[in-house]
Amino acid sequence: MNYGVKVEKRLYRPKWVSVLIPVAGLIMALIAGGFFLFLLGVSPFEAYSEMISSSLGNSYGLSETIVKAIPLAMAGIAVMLSFKMLIWNIGAEGQIVIGALATTAVVRYAYVDNSLLMFLMMFCAAGLAGGLWAAFAGYLKARWNVNEIITTLMMNYIALHLVDFFVYGPWRDPASLGFPMTKPYPEVARLYQFFGTRVHIGIIVAFLLGILFYWIFKNTRWGYEIKVIGENPRAADFAGINYVWNVVFVMFLSGAIAGIAGMSEIAGLQGRLQHGFSGGFGYTAIIVAWLARLNPLAILFVSFLMGALLVGGDSLQIVMRLPLSSTLVIQGLILFFILGGEFFRRYRIKIFKRKVK
Amino acid sequence: MEIIVAILSAAVRSGTPILYATLGEILTERSGVLNLGLEGIMLMGAFTGFSFTYATGNPWIGILAAFITGMAVTLIHAFLSITMGANQVVSGLAITMAGTGASSLLGRHYIGQTITGLSPVPVPFLHNIPVLGPVLFDHDPLVYISFFLVAGMTLFLGFTKAGLNLRAVGDSPRSADSVGINVQKIRYLYTIIGGGIVAIGGAYMSVAYTKMWGDLMTAGRGWIAVALVIFAIWHPLRAAFGSYLFGGVTAFQLRLQTAGTNIPTSLLMILPYALTILVLFFISVRQGKGILFGAPASLGQPFYREERD
Repeated sequence: MNYGVKVEKRLYRPKWVSVLIPVAGLIMALIAGGFFLFLLGVSPFEAYSEMISSSLGNSYGLSETIVKAIPLAMAGIAVMLSFKMLIWNIGAEGQIVIGALATTAVVRYAYVDNSLLMFLMMFCAAGLAGGLWAAFAGYLKARWNVNEIITTLMMNYIALHLVDFFVYGPWRDPASLGFPMTKPYPEVARLYQFFGTRVHIGIIVAFLLGILFYWIFKNTRWGYEIKVIGENPRAADFAGINYVWNVVFVMFLSGAIAGIAGMSEIAGLQGRLQHGFSGGFGYTAIIVAWLARLNPLAILFVSFLMGALLVGGDSLQIVMRLPLSSTLVIQGLILFFILGGEFFRRYRIKIFKRKVK
Repeated sequence: MEIIVAILSAAVRSGTPILYATLGEILTERSGVLNLGLEGIMLMGAFTGFSFTYATGNPWIGILAAFITGMAVTLIHAFLSITMGANQVVSGLAITMAGTGASSLLGRHYIGQTITGLSPVPVPFLHNIPVLGPVLFDHDPLVYISFFLVAGMTLFLGFTKAGLNLRAVGDSPRSADSVGINVQKIRYLYTIIGGGIVAIGGAYMSVAYTKMWGDLMTAGRGWIAVALVIFAIWHPLRAAFGSYLFGGVTAFQLRLQTAGTNIPTSLLMILPYALTILVLFFISVRQGKGILFGAPASLGQPFYREERD
């Protein structure tokens, strides 16, 4: 008997494909990551069981996972917005940092002794700063077709150096023994943390954002317009959708949400601005958004998984002395397999029987 | 005068890693494939270049290892974007993440180690020319090789049949296919070779420029190279000009730091990144809206023979 294999385009897409591909991608990425660890002389079983038990195996680990998921979910929603219209905002990292910078500025220069008022001021300042930071790149893109991937990325580096300027210079805490960090925030400027854990009120903001944008994309005309621009900018133009305005506005929203993620990270968790405080949430958010297939509700769930990966990575660093970058490798691998899996959404492989004469 | 010569000479040195990365990406993009993984590929190149030089004592083995590693890493991107038709932006980001992570994971035991690396070899006679001599002809051999690469690529793209085929594939794969050019094969070939050249840029950082391994030592140069490809309108000669411009800014900024100005270091460090945005802005304004002038027309789009466009 003779069999042949052929690749053909799917005419319809069964539901299970959309679920199976990310799951299979995740599993294959973990296998490939395990192989990489094995090559480095680290037992993958030991590493993975350490990662799982530290991130999901006890209540402290679970709460830490949620703590990491909060900025990931917000930043994931931020980049999702721009990705929906095929604008590549790779600058969530910088927008997070700028949001945190603005938050710190408010705490330093506009301090009021009322935690609700303080929260609102920090919220607005971080949103505005992150939003304008991103809208600048959006305007350049929309008006002059300046490549937004490059501008948002370059602005990440600029934002990081800007924070360094403040924490090494004028804002450095004299009591920090030379460490590049500001004074701790006063209690009034800290976000509420639930029941003695480190899970802060940012989780509510993240959930509200996820639900809000799910609703917007499902039910509103504007949400539909954004999708049209993403799928066919020319058609959008013919339909009278204002491209320039939408790009600038979506980038502003995107940056604002990332900026608020920075605010919640710093006021909810770390309590002071310091060198390198974000550690790549803005980049991981890109994976979160892509894994979630740009679905706002799925982003909430995926950010939890990614949070677990990051917490697991932290404990690998402490227990097995592997650098934090190990998780970056796994993140990259996940993307590879998801991207490869996309192929099987569009095509299917058919095994057929050849007629033997 | 002497300071200017010193800065110009330093501009060539610190522009060289960016130049290699830009040239490699030009080759890749000319075939119609967008590779945004430069930063990760450069870091992998910097790491393999360093570790092989460290182990063998021969910098050329390090550079060869970097070239091969760069091609191997880029093969993943080539497979995903050419064969699987995946989103090339995301695939490139994945390469950057995995490459960044892998380089710092593998390189963790090498931090703080140093190597002899490549040292300057003045070109006989030529280095005595006033100004031009010290600026261009008093460097390590990898700098001279980059001169040849610029000239070679200019000739190759402009005046050879293979170069014409490459450009045809990047501009109109359908027409190229109809005259019997194997589009997929050409795209694989130049994407991978391009990635190898990018990795040499990374190796230059560790083997010739700093002679040590540092975590994340390319510091965004890969991304600057992506921008420079646009600045160069996909042309090798302009790539050289752009790279040295950036090298000049970096050198100038280092000079200011050592001279002990009042301007804080962190603000000076912003200069090259801000300049990238500025340069990109001017080039885009000049070209107006629409497809960038000089960009390969099918950049970033996969091609399948069996399907209609």
